Order: sequence, then structure tokens, then C-alpha cells
Amino acid sequence: MTVDAPAQPELRAVVPPHRDTIARRGSVLLSKHPRLRLTLLLSAPLFWLGLVYIAALAALLITALWTVDTFTGTISQTWTLDNIITVLTGSLYQTVTVRTVGVAVLVTVIDIAVALPIAFYMAKVASPRWQRILVIAVLMPLWASYLVKAYAWRSVLSQDGIYEWLVAPFGGHTPGYGLPATIITLSYLWLPYVILPIYAGLERVPDSLLEASGDLGGKTGATLRLVVLPMIWPAIIAGSIFSFSLSLGDYITVNIVGGANQMLGNLVYTNVGAANNLPLAAAIALIPIVIIFGYLAVVRRTGALENL
Amino acid sequence: MKRFTAHRKSAALTGLAIVSVALLTACGTTSGKSEGTASSEAPTKLGANEKSVSILAWPGYVEDGSNDPAVDWVSAFEDETGCKVNSKTYGTSDEAFNLMKTGEYDVVAASGDASLRLVAAGDVAPVNTDLIPNYAGVYDFLKMQSWNSVDGVAYGIPHGYGANLLMYNTDVFTPAPASWDVVFDKSGQYKGKVTAYDSPIYIADAAMYLMYHQPDLGIKNPYALDETQLAAAVDLLKGQRENIGEYWSDYLKSIQAFETGDTVVGTTWQVIRNSLAEGTPAEVVLPKEGVTGWSDTWMIASQAKSPNCAYAWLNYIASPKANAQATEYFGEAPSNQAACDFTTDPNQCATYHAGDEEYAAQIWYWSTPIEKCLDGRTDVKCTDYAAWTTAWQEIKG
Repeated sequence: MTVDAPAQPELRAVVPPHRDTIARRGSVLLSKHPRLRLTLLLSAPLFWLGLVYIAALAALLITALWTVDTFTGTISQTWTLDNIITVLTGSLYQTVTVRTVGVAVLVTVIDIAVALPIAFYMAKVASPRWQRILVIAVLMPLWASYLVKAYAWRSVLSQDGIYEWLVAPFGGHTPGYGLPATIITLSYLWLPYVILPIYAGLERVPDSLLEASGDLGGKTGATLRLVVLPMIWPAIIAGSIFSFSLSLGDYITVNIVGGANQMLGNLVYTNVGAANNLPLAAAIALIPIVIIFGYLAVVRRTGALENL
Repeated sequence: MKRFTAHRKSAALTGLAIVSVALLTACGTTSGKSEGTASSEAPTKLGANEKSVSILAWPGYVEDGSNDPAVDWVSAFEDETGCKVNSKTYGTSDEAFNLMKTGEYDVVAASGDASLRLVAAGDVAPVNTDLIPNYAGVYDFLKMQSWNSVDGVAYGIPHGYGANLLMYNTDVFTPAPASWDVVFDKSGQYKGKVTAYDSPIYIADAAMYLMYHQPDLGIKNPYALDETQLAAAVDLLKGQRENIGEYWSDYLKSIQAFETGDTVVGTTWQVIRNSLAEGTPAEVVLPKEGVTGWSDTWMIASQAKSPNCAYAWLNYIASPKANAQATEYFGEAPSNQAACDFTTDPNQCATYHAGDEEYAAQIWYWSTPIEKCLDGRTDVKCTDYAAWTTAWQEIKG
């Protein structure tokens, strides 16, 4: 202390007086008005959500009510329901919608069936070390590009691909390019998105509950069905939303391995890219939106969304 | 408190609604572009070159060495004229058509299924070919055709052309097929291994086949189909759809499918045949019904910011050397008669049948189908490209 004494006055002098800068005035203003603070903090994300995201979606829906001059490609902004009617009544759109929903449902069912045992092993059986390794292994495919993975399946399922080579000795054949190939590839692509929420849901199931069920005489099947399943049901729903909605909108995979088949995404794509008919594309884009809303409404009734 | 938040919520929603409506109106007015008609006149003389020119073209048409240092014909142009080239590539004719609407480009290389639409939309201007000295060297049979001129007015200069040939697996086909019937009436034998080009313009291939095999339909030009003729072509293609393994529009996909044997027969380009891996059992043939093909045209935007540089580019790319480099790199026949002397592969012109008028006459070049029949019929309305697009989606199902 005594050593420091001579320095004391200098130290005092360094502390700046409250100078009246703009920054200071601003911070005083902000500390006095919490409402303003909140507004500034939230305006950027809200701007993004409101204008860039929701308004873009609204613009899409409004476009569906316009028409396009097919030769010059200019959009004429006369209100008409023609596109919506075409999409609702055209047999092409009905066939493709049924096909797309079928693919999405199958992909979702396959993914959940594959994900449940894997997630259960990861959450309840594996040692912490293996748990980490498995999480990384599940996440690993996400590091590679979507296109690379789809093209990889294209070569796997080709006539001289590795699948044919594997099953040929047993009299099997590759399914070739088509809807089965599409379902296989999509199931592979979305699997991590289904495993992760189910794994997280299983993590939250206390081991003690499983032990209690066993102590009370519950067999494995009964424990899984009556204890585990109700608890991870919201997680399964969350996973299914991912795989179902992602499959519903996909058009690249079906383009690469789907052979000559098309899904709703392809119709949107050709109407924007090839036909230059943005209004019709927008009308087609409404189909998956309506389906997803319907799915969410059904899910909501089961109460799964509250526990997400 | 509860009532207050509810009130605020509805106020926020109202605000959002107002803002989005305002935004939409703003967007609406900008996109409501005036309907263009081909009114602008071609210039009669050129001025000094501007500093730059922006070009929209198929991949491989405007190479400045950034993809492959050995492939560069843009730098020579820049040194010669002082016009700096900004280029953008596109993947389909329809994409090019949409991009030209932005007004960002001075020059476009358009195939026949885009060029007429560009003219009709007023996006491209007439071209005064007298201002392009190298135009004289272009093959006569490519000049003033239905895809690069309208009512005797030139809208561009030819770049290169090629045919959509029939490729077949030589292990499966002995002897070689001589007719397109292997992908149409007889395609059932190769179920699941037939391919076709994935574009509405492929309907013309079916129409061309019908023109030969069902003369009573009265098809004179595969791009001028009335309702009945289109329906016949669609029926043929729906039958083909049952046997299609996959459609292709990405030529790398087609190459791979032939190499692996997933596809054994179908329409193709010469460049695909040339790109097949060594030892792939596949060959191309020009069937007896004839072929469809493309002939690309360099066009100038009606709103071009650098018209003088645009004319300089058109002249440069039609010069024998640049024309040879560009068409050889892409894999098509050059449009300039003298270009064959400049190709690195001495057989280039023979491979692509450059200047072979008889071969070229068998090609039905891509044209945009329009209501006014291209074959000159006036008693009937033809189906336009929009009808073809709808039909194509129905064919694919």
C-alpha cells in the first residue's frame, strides 16, 4: 500500500469523467426504456421471419392466382382460380400426389423402424464412450453433400453396381432405377434426422422406470410398449415430421435414382424451370403445404406437439 | 395483461399484413413488364467499342481459360477489341429464356427452341449481318432459317449445329438398328433400358417418327402439330413411357447409364458418344426416319448496354478460328466453312459431318412450336410450346 501511495493521484486522474458522448447517451436511453431495447433486439430476426420468410410464402400463394402468357413468358396479374382448379382436378396431379405421399409415408415408416433399435441401443445399452462414437457415426453422413450421397446410391443400384454384385450369387437382382430406389435413397438420406430426435427422447426416459417396470413383473415387450413408447412418442412424431416433409418436397433424388418417375417437386421444378409457368408451379406447391398442415393438425390432436 | 398481449398480437398481425401487401404491390409493379414486340431496328453502322460485354451461353461456349487453362478463346477477343467479357452459362433453353428477361445480358447463344420465343417477347433485336464480316463465311444452309430469322429479318448468326442421334449398345443390337422403332414400336423388347431426352421438345422426335410411318396423319414438320397430330405423338410417347428406364437432360447422366448398361438404346448427342469410357459397347446411328437436332444462334439483346461490343463478339465467334475452338470443345459441327482448318483434331469436321448438306438436310432443327403453323398451314391452329409442356408432363405421368 505504501509503495503504491505515490501513484494514487495519477490513478485517480486516469478515470475519465462521464463525458457526454453519443454512445453514452444511447446507452442511457436504452437502459431507461426497456421496451425500446427489446424492439431493437428483436427487429432484425423478426424482420427476417416476417418479411423475408412469411411474406415470401404469401407471395408464392398469391402468385398461384395469376396466369402467365405462355409464349412471351410474362406474368399477367389477373386474378383467376384456374391454376388451383387445374391442380385439383387434373388426373396428372392426383396421380403424382398419391405417388409422392406414398413414397413419403414408406420412407417415414422405414426410417422409424430402423431408427428405433439404433436409438435405443445408443441411449440405453452402449457405454458412454460408444454412445459418443455412435452419435458421430450417425452424424457423419451429414458431412457429405446430399448430391454425392444420391449419386453414390445411383452407382450402388446400377446394373453393374455393388448391390447387383452382392445379391446376384443368391439369385437376386438390383431393383434398378425407379420408386424402390427412390425410397431406399430417401430413407438413407433422412435417417439421421429421425435417429437424433428419438435418441434425445430415449435419453430423457429414466433408467429407473425401466427397472421399476421389470421389478413389477413387466416383460420386455410390455415395458417397451407401456413405458417407453408413450414417453418417446413425441420424439417419434418429431422424427416423422422431418422425414415426411423432406420426402414430400424432394425432387433431386427422384431425378437421380427414380428412373422415369416424377414427384410433386419435379412438377414444380419443370413448371418453373422448363415451362416458365410460375403461377401453376405455385399452385402445385400448395399441395405439399396443405398435406403437411393436415399432418400437423392430426399430430396436434394426439397431443404430441405439446411435449416436443 | 392477457387482454393487452392479445390486442398487441392482433396489431402485430395487422401490421404484418399491411407490410406484406405493400411489399407485394411493389413487387407486382416491377414484374408487370410491358409486353414487348419486335420493334427495335438493327443498327446500320457501329460506334466505338464499349468497355465490356456480358454474354449468356451454353456451358463450353465462352471459355476464358478459367475452367481449363488450355481452353481459352475469350482472352484473344478481349485483347483484340478491348471489350471485357462477363459470361454466364445456363443449363436449359428455358433457363436462358428466363435469364434474358432480366435485361442483364448483351448477347445470348440460343437454341432454336428458345430463339423464337426471345424474338416474340422482344428480348432480342434484329441483327444487321452486313456489320459482321465473318458472316460471309457461314454455311449458306444455316442462314436465314426459321429459328434465326422472322419474316426475312435476321435475328442472329449461326454458331454450330448437331443432331440428336440414336445410340445403341452393340452387345444387345446385332445388327445395328436402322430405325427409331427400337425406341418406339419395338421398345417393349428392351423394357426398362430405353432412354429419351427429358424435354417437351422431344415430342418432335415422336412426330418425326409418325411423319415417316403414318403419312395419313399429314405431319409435314415435326414442330407444327395440330391437336390430332399432337395427340398421336403423345399416344406414341405414352407407349414408350412404359419401357423407359430413365429420361435424361443431364448429359453426364446419359453417359454413365450407357457405360453401366442401365440404358441400352435411346436418343443421344455425338458428344456423349465421344465421351464414353474406352471399351463401352455403344455406337450411334442416323436412323432412316431422319433426326432432330439443334442449331444455335448468337443473338443480341434489344436492351443491350454494349451493342458495339456485342457486334464485335458476334463477328469474333463466327471467325474460323474461334468458331473451330468453341464448337470443337462442345462437340458439334462449326458454322464457318473455314473452321475445319483450325480444329485440333483433323477428323473433327468429319465426325460431326460439318458442311455435309445432305446430312444437315436430314436434321429437323429444334424450333419453338407456335400457334401459327411453322409448315405454312393456315386452315388450322397448331399446338404451342405451352401445350407441349403440358403434354410432356402428362406423358411422364
